[in-house]
Amino acid sequence: MNYEGKKKIWSEFQKEIPDDKYFYARSCIRQNFNPGAEQAFLDIVRNRFGKDFYEDPLHTTCGGIAYHSDTTPEETSMTIIARQFSLMNQAGYRNFVVSCVTSFGLHSEILQTWEEHPEIEEKIHELLWKACRREFTKPDFLMHSSDMMYHYRFLISEQAKYPLINVRTGEPLKVVEHIGCHYSKIFPSKSVGGAEYPRVLAGLVEALGGSVVDYPERRHCCGFGFRQYLVKANRGYSLTNTYKKFESMEPFHPDLIITNCPGCNYFLDRWQYVIAETTGKTYGDTPGYGIPVLSSEEVAALVMGYDPWDLGLQMHQVAVEPLLDKMGVQYDKSAKYKGPGGKDLGVPVSPANIRIF
Amino acid sequence: MEPKNQQKNIVVIGGGPAGIEASRTLDSLGYTVFLIEKEDRLGGHLARWDRLFPYGTPAGDVLGQMTASMGRVKWFTGTEVTQLNRLERGYNIILSNGMSVLADALLLTTGFSLFDASRKEEYGYGIYDRVITNADLEDWFSGIPVPAIDSPRRIGFVHCVGSRDEKVGNRYCSKVCCATAVKQACEIKEKFPDAVVYCFYMDLRMFGRGYEDMYLEAQKKYGIIFVRGRVSEVSEDKDGHLFVKAEDTLAGKPLRVTLDLLVLMAGMTRNTAVAPIVRALELSTMEDGFLKPKDSMTQAQSSYAAGIFYAGACTGPKTIPDTVAEAKAAAMSINEYLRDND
Repeated sequence: MNYEGKKKIWSEFQKEIPDDKYFYARSCIRQNFNPGAEQAFLDIVRNRFGKDFYEDPLHTTCGGIAYHSDTTPEETSMTIIARQFSLMNQAGYRNFVVSCVTSFGLHSEILQTWEEHPEIEEKIHELLWKACRREFTKPDFLMHSSDMMYHYRFLISEQAKYPLINVRTGEPLKVVEHIGCHYSKIFPSKSVGGAEYPRVLAGLVEALGGSVVDYPERRHCCGFGFRQYLVKANRGYSLTNTYKKFESMEPFHPDLIITNCPGCNYFLDRWQYVIAETTGKTYGDTPGYGIPVLSSEEVAALVMGYDPWDLGLQMHQVAVEPLLDKMGVQYDKSAKYKGPGGKDLGVPVSPANIRIF
Repeated sequence: MEPKNQQKNIVVIGGGPAGIEASRTLDSLGYTVFLIEKEDRLGGHLARWDRLFPYGTPAGDVLGQMTASMGRVKWFTGTEVTQLNRLERGYNIILSNGMSVLADALLLTTGFSLFDASRKEEYGYGIYDRVITNADLEDWFSGIPVPAIDSPRRIGFVHCVGSRDEKVGNRYCSKVCCATAVKQACEIKEKFPDAVVYCFYMDLRMFGRGYEDMYLEAQKKYGIIFVRGRVSEVSEDKDGHLFVKAEDTLAGKPLRVTLDLLVLMAGMTRNTAVAPIVRALELSTMEDGFLKPKDSMTQAQSSYAAGIFYAGACTGPKTIPDTVAEAKAAAMSINEYLRDND
């Protein structure tokens, strides 16, 4: 594999990323699955880097999952997103950053549609006014939260306490980077690095000391795929896709999977449990434990020395302790299932074939 | 030969097969011909090719025959046009070697550029070592080492790379890739008889005489496996073999194969080096960037500008026989133009 060839392609998919002053929109599913990832993102950019990231409690879901499962028409999604932009205007910001890849794809699609069909944008102005007496202007820049992690990767690296290096061997950790399909496959030009060899997570991993695994099914969907999962009868497709990816990455012995999409993070994590329970097989080089799956913000925070349990890493199905030990992270094993103030959260039942601590 | 023709200067820009053939023909008509080639040798892409479809004719022999009888043609390699000025009658052309020529007519035979296969990112050219192009394979056939070719046992050819592809902005067919792929598939099978060879095609355009016979022979004699479908992505497994996904549209199924070598049939694109000449002479181009002739039916070698003519692949993809025929036609068009404007 010729790394210079990838650099040539990356050079053609550069993205202008403003350094500061963003209106932030959360992911509706990530707040429930991995709330620590959202919190870590805001804490890193605001308190570690001193940037201005504004969040308005009045913002809502973008409606992306409803749109992609054909339960709401596009105009509804457009009006919801127009309202988010209106909130951004009201707060005095011009740059918009979304936490979810589905949402990023939908925002990008809508902005492009308005670009090509101004009459539709005009109609949405009318619909928003009728719905809630609001007006809006489009953002100057639309970013995904992983774009920001990529943009700040050297700042993160400067504050790295536990780089992505195996402390036992001194070797870089082998990291699978999985990019959500809606990040760059719809609009490669709106991403960092394009659709075929995305740079956004690879660049972060390399800056933090890790090495990226280039495995055959790298581009394949995580298995979420909306209708593959949302329609119960299709869930076998979802699982099959995930299984295909794990079988493909297995020979490379990855230490970690990093994602930029809440859905991918969830499915690559949880389906390891289902695969283990149905086939008895686990992946990764710590027998019986699987491969930890973390978001870009969780990886950044872990590298910067955040406590893994404050980050909410106990919310992941696959145990992260083998990874923490490889990185040399200092942590309190007994605090894993303790909430704020030492409140006992209860220890989950251990599955038969994928072990937890 | 008209003796007075010798007093007429004709500048031919581009020393590929079209430029050479047109220069020879114009010379035989008695004109004073200046043939300008920016590379260090005549022949264009033909000089890089080993053999030609459909009969496996050595490209060197074809080029050798053409250049063996250049007559009085004054040809300059390693030379570029630095300035072009339109005069009341004709053109003033200043060359990088310091020469200045007053031309009564100008023939553009600037040819094409080979499509940059790395633009089709999903095929991994320039990233995965075992992905090469048709031109790389011709180099290897000519005896130039290509490290990727190391006793391959499973080989794939991808047709239409950069052709008939809206994603890269090239809707047109490059015309020669199908036949080249079949020719190269047979040749490499001869070199590695135990190898399994696949051709991934959209549809096979075997339009020329002898092409269909070559295609049948590829199936019957060489056992080439033709798969009707496009390759969707290429990646590398842990051992460096290529993991190729494609669609078999006849079977109606996706297909995955592991290959030792993948050859991309890079098509023809407009020659971007000709852009300064196009600007200087205010020439018309088509949507795909190739030069636009005055009339594609009856004046395919004429431009909209007086005294400027075209031949060969500068107006679109062409085979060698097409190019040679068009070069002769262009020479005759120039002859008529100079006769009528004497």
